[in-house]
Amino acid sequence: MEDLSYTAILVRILAQLLPVWIALVVTFALSVSFKRRLGLYGKLFDSPVGMIGFGMVMFWVFTAILADMIVTFDPYAQFSGMRNVPLGTALAGATEGDYSHFLLGGDSLARDVFSRMVMGARSVLSIAPAATAFAFMVGITLGVPAGYFGGRFDTGLSFVANLVLAFPVILLFYLLVTPEIVDHKILFFSAFLPDATELACRAKDSVTADTFACFGLSIPTMLAAVLFIFPIIFISILLNARFFTNPMKRNLYVGVVLVIGLWAYSGLAFNMDPLGVWSMEPNLLNVFVSVVFVNAPTVFRIVRGIVMDLKARDYVAAGQTRGEGPWYIMLWEILPNARGPLIVDFCLRIGYTTILLGTLGFFGLGVAPDSPDWGSTIDEGRKTLNMFPHAAVVPALALMSLVLGLNLLADGLREESLRD
Amino acid sequence: MLIFVVRRLGLMLLSAFVLTFVVFYLTNLPPNLEKLARSEGSVRMTDEAVAQWIIDNGHGGSVLGRYGQWLGVVPGWSNVDEKGVPRGRCFAAGTDPALAPRYCGILQGDWGYSTYFRGPVLPNLGEKLGATGILMLWVMIVMIPTSLLIGILAGMREGSRTDRVLSTFSIATTATPEYVSGVVLVALLASPVTGLSPLLSEWGLIDGKILFQGAASPDRITFWSFTLPVLTIALYGIGYIARMTRASMTEVMTAQYIRTARLKGVGFRQVVLRHALRNALIAPFTVIMLQFPWLLNGVVIVETLFNYKGFGWTLVVAAGNNDINLLLGCSVVAVFVVLVTQLISDIGYVFLNPRIRLS
Repeated sequence: MEDLSYTAILVRILAQLLPVWIALVVTFALSVSFKRRLGLYGKLFDSPVGMIGFGMVMFWVFTAILADMIVTFDPYAQFSGMRNVPLGTALAGATEGDYSHFLLGGDSLARDVFSRMVMGARSVLSIAPAATAFAFMVGITLGVPAGYFGGRFDTGLSFVANLVLAFPVILLFYLLVTPEIVDHKILFFSAFLPDATELACRAKDSVTADTFACFGLSIPTMLAAVLFIFPIIFISILLNARFFTNPMKRNLYVGVVLVIGLWAYSGLAFNMDPLGVWSMEPNLLNVFVSVVFVNAPTVFRIVRGIVMDLKARDYVAAGQTRGEGPWYIMLWEILPNARGPLIVDFCLRIGYTTILLGTLGFFGLGVAPDSPDWGSTIDEGRKTLNMFPHAAVVPALALMSLVLGLNLLADGLREESLRD
Repeated sequence: MLIFVVRRLGLMLLSAFVLTFVVFYLTNLPPNLEKLARSEGSVRMTDEAVAQWIIDNGHGGSVLGRYGQWLGVVPGWSNVDEKGVPRGRCFAAGTDPALAPRYCGILQGDWGYSTYFRGPVLPNLGEKLGATGILMLWVMIVMIPTSLLIGILAGMREGSRTDRVLSTFSIATTATPEYVSGVVLVALLASPVTGLSPLLSEWGLIDGKILFQGAASPDRITFWSFTLPVLTIALYGIGYIARMTRASMTEVMTAQYIRTARLKGVGFRQVVLRHALRNALIAPFTVIMLQFPWLLNGVVIVETLFNYKGFGWTLVVAAGNNDINLLLGCSVVAVFVVLVTQLISDIGYVFLNPRIRLS
């Protein structure tokens, strides 16, 4: 087998991404033909910038979803003789059924850079939007009442938010995402325990460690316990405020939310789901929690600012005169009117979260050392950056294009939402 | 005005105490201390010996007490080890405890002993901060004029072609974190196999194999070694500041007094330079000040990438080697930088804006 020329590499990559192109064409064709009936989403297709941004984002979303069809090799597999090979090298000793070339070369552990980049999209896009959504839930649940009620509650929360924002992000990551802190349990009853019992609690493989007196949580778990409860609170209050006058319906909806929410909560935060459906790797939980923790205060400040602005409007006064409860006004009258800037910020923030995840990977604090996510691969590739730049440049450009797409999308959305 | 400044100062001090306590608590968790004991004592210590080492070296007792000692508001610990040698926080083992001061914390200028540098924290950290200062100076020299110029040019005539091109450029740079632009720049300009360098070398335009250097050192600052690190940090900031300047500029350009000046017959150039600029630069000032904490992030990434031994590099080394005192020192500096820039930006905003200052 011969090595490929640059044109041949490009053609082959485009062909390999065929499922993505088909999905993109279908999405755009459907969206453009129904754009008048799709609200803000439809208006996006009136703005060229927004359309380009949306295309770039959806490209990576479809790549992530269809990654299994696109990859040419197992992203974790190593192939002998393929260490640091340049772009388009033919696979040495290819057998029947193998793809014939390393399209974007090999990395320092002889793995296929193209497949790792494609799988990296899945890894990044499965964390960043979810983490951003959690940060938004926390920020909205605290920011809306802080802006609406003001007073001590607002002062206290703002102080805490500013504290978190004053913390250098990288220092926080180094302090939170180290194995020692993940393993170390803070014992809740430590103050009441004799030293011997505490030692017994800490000893490995001891029976006492499971007893009630030894109950303790690691710092990331505690953070998760606090941060993950907010979505449940938010949705419960939201439904309660809406269906307050109809107790039957209210009880049903809020009950369903509480059952599903607390079930997921027990699994995600404490890894104690009785049925074993919800769970999260400790390392992933750690990364996820730190990213949510860093993002939430900024969302809080934005939401608080918008609510303080909107609460002086006439429709809020009208609602108060009608005798509507404060939570109904906050969540069903003010919040829908704040959706424009919030959607724009959500797009920007997913990009920012992607950058943060990359930073974590860059410092070797990512999900797992051999994970194909872009930050970790850039970190690995930079060690051979001078002689074999492709291993780091490919994921770097991938990350940049995703974030750029999100920024352009946000810009297009902002333009279109300001127009009406 | 005075009450405002005093209140801000009080809040800042409170934040500083809370933040340093959090860092102190997290760096002094039992597993970190155990690791310290094994690296400073011996690897094969038993669990009991480790526990004893921790107590002997003043890491026992309550966290608040130890934080007070580190801060310098609680008398430093002292005891006598099993060989009968007096040991304590404020004096070297073997010297006379009576001569030592009672308090020795960061307030007294004693920042502790760094296990990585094998020496006191303060002079080492100071030297590294100096190195980072030089880097930051050049970043500022490149970043501020460029970003203001881009923002003003783009905001001068909203919607023009210049505006569209410059705005797209700003968006692109804000979407490029330092670790991406650094990697791309090195691949383009500092790699002997790809990008510009092999071409230039083939044509005989450069002597060596590479155009710019992919590593920098504070001892030898040259144009060729400093360009890439400075450019990498500056790029990310340029886009953000330029966008803020543009927004502020477009707002000012639609103001009534600008229209009046135009109608009076003042030239466009004069309007921009004499009338618009002063008011348009108030908002970017705040943004530039608040950009400092971000630059801190960029510094850590760039110094790691280009192996430049400054503050960011020290932070990574301290965290990686479990050097508790050094990490605490770094965080004091970082927290201080963030809080002071916040204070300056708040006060500066009030001071620069006559509408707020006079009311």
